[in-house]
Amino acid sequence: MQNGISIQKHDGVHVPILAEPIDEVMLGERALSFTRRSIKKQSKLAAIYKCIEMIDLTTLEGADTIGKVRQLCSKARFPVTAEFSEELSHYKNFKAVPTVAAVCVYPAMVATAKEALAGTKIRVASVATAFPAGQILLETRLRDVRDAVSAGADEIDMVINRGAFLTGDYQTVYDEIVQVKEVCGDTHLKVILETGELATCDNVRLASEIAMQAGADFIKTSTGKVSPAATMPVTLIMLQAILDFYERTGKIIGMKPAGGIRNAKQAIHYLCMVNEVMGPRWLTPELFRFGASSLLNDLLKQVYKQITGRYAYEKSFSLD
Amino acid sequence: MAKVKNSAESVNGDRFKFEYAPAPEAIDMVKIKKENKLFINGKWVSGKSEKFFETINPANGEKLAELTEADAQDVDRAVKAARKAFNGEWSKISGKERGRYLFRIARIIQERSRELAVLETMDNGKPIKESRDFDVPQLAANFFYFAGWADKLEYLFNGKSVQPLGIAGQIIPWNFPLLMAAWKLAPALAAGNCVVLKPAETTSLTALLLTEIIEESGLPAGVVNVITGAGKTGAALVNHPDVDKIAFTGSTEVGKTIARSTVKSKKILTLELGGKSAHIVYEDAAIEQAVEAVVGGIYFNQGHVCCAGSRLLVEESIAPVFVHKLKHRMASLRVGDPLDKNTDIGAINSRSELDKIKKLVAAARNEGYEYFETAATALPEKGYFINPCFFNNVASSANICRREVFGPVLAIQTFRTPAEAIKKANDTAYGLAAGIWSEKGSKIHKTAAGLKAGVIWANTYNKFDPASPFGGYNESGWGREGGRHGLLSYVEVK
Repeated sequence: MQNGISIQKHDGVHVPILAEPIDEVMLGERALSFTRRSIKKQSKLAAIYKCIEMIDLTTLEGADTIGKVRQLCSKARFPVTAEFSEELSHYKNFKAVPTVAAVCVYPAMVATAKEALAGTKIRVASVATAFPAGQILLETRLRDVRDAVSAGADEIDMVINRGAFLTGDYQTVYDEIVQVKEVCGDTHLKVILETGELATCDNVRLASEIAMQAGADFIKTSTGKVSPAATMPVTLIMLQAILDFYERTGKIIGMKPAGGIRNAKQAIHYLCMVNEVMGPRWLTPELFRFGASSLLNDLLKQVYKQITGRYAYEKSFSLD
Repeated sequence: MAKVKNSAESVNGDRFKFEYAPAPEAIDMVKIKKENKLFINGKWVSGKSEKFFETINPANGEKLAELTEADAQDVDRAVKAARKAFNGEWSKISGKERGRYLFRIARIIQERSRELAVLETMDNGKPIKESRDFDVPQLAANFFYFAGWADKLEYLFNGKSVQPLGIAGQIIPWNFPLLMAAWKLAPALAAGNCVVLKPAETTSLTALLLTEIIEESGLPAGVVNVITGAGKTGAALVNHPDVDKIAFTGSTEVGKTIARSTVKSKKILTLELGGKSAHIVYEDAAIEQAVEAVVGGIYFNQGHVCCAGSRLLVEESIAPVFVHKLKHRMASLRVGDPLDKNTDIGAINSRSELDKIKKLVAAARNEGYEYFETAATALPEKGYFINPCFFNNVASSANICRREVFGPVLAIQTFRTPAEAIKKANDTAYGLAAGIWSEKGSKIHKTAAGLKAGVIWANTYNKFDPASPFGGYNESGWGREGGRHGLLSYVEVK
């Protein structure tokens, strides 16, 4: 179904933006069905490890300091202590706890994070484009991206222009993403839709299409600064948009729900959803990330529980 | 865009396979008696003939228990007990008091919900997630709903009195053993009738557990009597001269037999029979969610649903896309152990039903219709299982498009205009339910107005509420169950 929306590309070609309508009630039922999955034993442990690998460990506070970012990077490198690993290594289903996918910080902290993570595979993601509101002149937002890239960011998490989107100016939304992408070059681009502000399911679907057409490598639900942040129904809309886009164009786009995913149980529900909607192909940090901060510690607690059969002492993990 | 680092090809080497480990529901809270008796006049009694028959778990073919085969003498005892209660204590009780019994039953159902769900799954073969999240909550909801009616009946029609019919003979199908019992028991009791209930011979155990709950509620002796047995027992109940009403849910074939055999009697009938319900998907539908509803519409409860959306009518312009998405969705359906919390499609209720479904599928394949079946999991070796499937581009004249399969088998047809969709949807001997998918409200209303079906769902499917009447046109049955309409089929208005 076409709803008549099209975007003009820079070469002058008009590209139709397919915006499938979404039925919110049935969408919610399908999303809820994944929370009814019961993941136990070895499946649970494998899922928890996978979730850890998929985390963008995030700190995005006005109070962020070099010290705080270094602490977070250290947590990313060594989620658990050597002593903890030693204890678990005596159990037969022990596997070394993996590191997270990336650390996500503000542009001013990119250099600090790069330095702290030097020599590791952990990537540095930087929010940019005047995160979280984006209500700053485009040139300044592009400058923000340029600065983050030149400071060494491996990934850029940009926000779309929701003001333009909500007035129906989809062309501007598209053009701005294209320009950010140009500045990014080879740097991985995640496009934050801020679904809490787009409000309707149809808007989320449409914004997903625009972002993918404009060159997003990943689409991401939220900044974490607006409520509601990531929800399973919203993530499901975006996953289905990614799948449709892949089937039409052959291009593979990643997905990042961010904000509100705090415990292992929730994360595993998301993993079930990705598994059943997209298939195992998307179950990799290259194509699926969790934007989260407190999730990691709950996953670690569950690692301990799954391997030893006992609950971990709550002070076993640092609070970072 | 096609950067190597962002390509799934680079992760092919160690692609993570997310297998779901078995997550079976515990069965230790369920106590199954080896031999089960009849419940007549408030007591558990042996059958006169002392004959038993087996009930099995369709997920593994193993015997669960033996049930008493009630004969004509037992049926007579049950009807007499019901008559005695009807003429005695029960008729002196106020509507408010009747309501209190029903509320009490509803609350005990909730307290024992886990036990009911697990036993329903063991006896019927349906997935535990359905018995737990659908059957048992709906069971309780029906008792709560009709409990509320009991003390309001006398105010229903100004200046007129609402009277119970007397003795209701209720014959329950095997597809929703508990829920269908509730649909019949709750309104009958709310209206002040007495009941002789016969569950289906393959799924009597939960009816007996529900009987224990009724016993626990302190309902006076003889108000509810439960007899087990097969067709012969049912026939004895249908033909008993002192039964005032027969409520039957089951096949159209048996329904017709009941109608014929009661035509010269005083009996009032409600029949809830088969269906071949159409699910219409317009090109302007929310496609992903329509796919979801179509899957739920036909594969819910292994397709053992009288209102199953067993015919998909999809607008020709979106048919290829729709069928593609349907195949993709079906690939994640998990068929297997019904007690496993991750099972989406459980066991077919009996060997004979499985054989019947397989025969119909084989015949349609022989006729050359495009066939597709899939599942995320391998079929278990023991028990009665079949993969969900569909036939594409089926003609209205095809048997698979006309005959009720009562299994996880979908027949897909296309249409060009709303008028053609309505015509095709109505081209059936049945008329139980229909579904319409469109984002355009006016189109939904116009289509619904043209459909000859008792239940029409718009942008959803298989949604039930005790307040909503359910029943069909044509060969789908007589009368309605549920809601005020269902209640009125258990009363005379004086």
